[in-house]
Amino acid sequence: MKTYAYFPGCSLEKMALSYHQSAIETTRMLGVELKELEDWNCCGATAYFHVDELLAHTLCARNLAMAEQEHLDVVAPCSGCYKNLYFARADLGRDPDLAEHINYALEEDNLHFTGSSAVRHLMEVFVDDVGLEELKTKVTQPLDGLRVAPYYGCQILRPRKNHEDVEQPRFFEDLLTAIGAVPVEYALRLRCCGGALILTSRRSALSLVRNLLQSAVESGAAVIATACPLCQVNLECYQKQVSQEFGTEFSIPVVYFTQLVGLAFGIPPKSLGIGSELVSTRDVLSYAAK
Amino acid sequence: MVPKPTFSEEIGSLLHAAHSNPLKTCIQCGTCSGTCPVAKFMDHSPRRVIAMINAGLKDRVLNSNTFWYCASCYYCTVRCPRGIDIAGLMYALKRYSIWKNRYQEGLVGPVFSETFVKTIMKSGRSYEPVLATSYLFTFGVPEFLQEAQTATNLMLKGRIPVLPPRIKRLENFRRMVRRIIPIGGAS
Repeated sequence: MKTYAYFPGCSLEKMALSYHQSAIETTRMLGVELKELEDWNCCGATAYFHVDELLAHTLCARNLAMAEQEHLDVVAPCSGCYKNLYFARADLGRDPDLAEHINYALEEDNLHFTGSSAVRHLMEVFVDDVGLEELKTKVTQPLDGLRVAPYYGCQILRPRKNHEDVEQPRFFEDLLTAIGAVPVEYALRLRCCGGALILTSRRSALSLVRNLLQSAVESGAAVIATACPLCQVNLECYQKQVSQEFGTEFSIPVVYFTQLVGLAFGIPPKSLGIGSELVSTRDVLSYAAK
Repeated sequence: MVPKPTFSEEIGSLLHAAHSNPLKTCIQCGTCSGTCPVAKFMDHSPRRVIAMINAGLKDRVLNSNTFWYCASCYYCTVRCPRGIDIAGLMYALKRYSIWKNRYQEGLVGPVFSETFVKTIMKSGRSYEPVLATSYLFTFGVPEFLQEAQTATNLMLKGRIPVLPPRIKRLENFRRMVRRIIPIGGAS
């Protein structure tokens, strides 16, 4: 069994609890253990980096150093956490002075960063580490005919450049195909959901969300799948506000990819946190219940 | 006497713990502005802001909303043919403007970010209800009611935390932070 140091991030404690639940359930079926980092702290999100980059890196380094103590690679389900941890490790690795400065601070918590633990996004665990062939062997309830809009969003891809093609990725589509669903093609799959702008520059973010929903709906998708709690909340929980703002009538469910994988594995919807949505997932469940 | 650094040099070196950002190499191709999903809400597009920085128009740059509208999607960064980390530049401008305590009136971003940092310093983790106080006051009545409705619906689904989360080794955490930013006896 492969074990990872699991960094849930603040959103998964409550707002995106269903992502946490479905991540644990589905990885267990794949023989992967997500061992929650004891006493993890916030990764700094975007806001911390607006104020102080050095402290923001220190926050990330504390988490990485805790994972190193356990000799485990880190996995983050949130694209924002993933990006911060990934680049904190890269920046500290490149800059020994920075690492030394931060290690001086980490002494206060009896920790030391060396860079020995790699950082993975949860989806990479499914697609690269476990692999889609292995994943297919666990599918008992393929989601035949369910049209899904794979929404990549931003930080799972960018600004990493040594990634699978950053402009034309296919891994999300491939994952959906592996569980029997039909990934739809739509123009805005890599465009931003607005992230924290939904709070600080509301109108601009609602406009981005509106465009994304429009693009997904026009492609004939019955559901949008995400790999980030911020994307899920913006696309799902703000649909009503988008409609009030723009006079639209969107009502498309937005779920985590782990919830779809879980349904295809035959895991009961409730164990996947299904039922905590603001937009009903009834149509999705009709594909799963056989 | 050694000349003072230009505005462009100042901003360029506010990145990646002082690894400079090659702003001067910008060819004004506009790929960043064409790519940016929020450009139409900005006072000046990202391309224009880079030109303004290189021209030393510090006041006009600091008075613009551009960098506070950047959502950190990094599309511009991966596409820039000159290798400028434009999203990183927007972060640098945010930090610069907070450092100088100069930003366009009415922007929520700076207040939100500072509230966020205080929340993390207090408990080690983020807590949505406290963060909400930094932006709700800027909302008009209809927006406030819409936001309240969304929050209520989320609460009914058990998605809003009631109590603020806290890390266990908070004292160590705070001492760790003080080694980065010494604050004397004011603990």
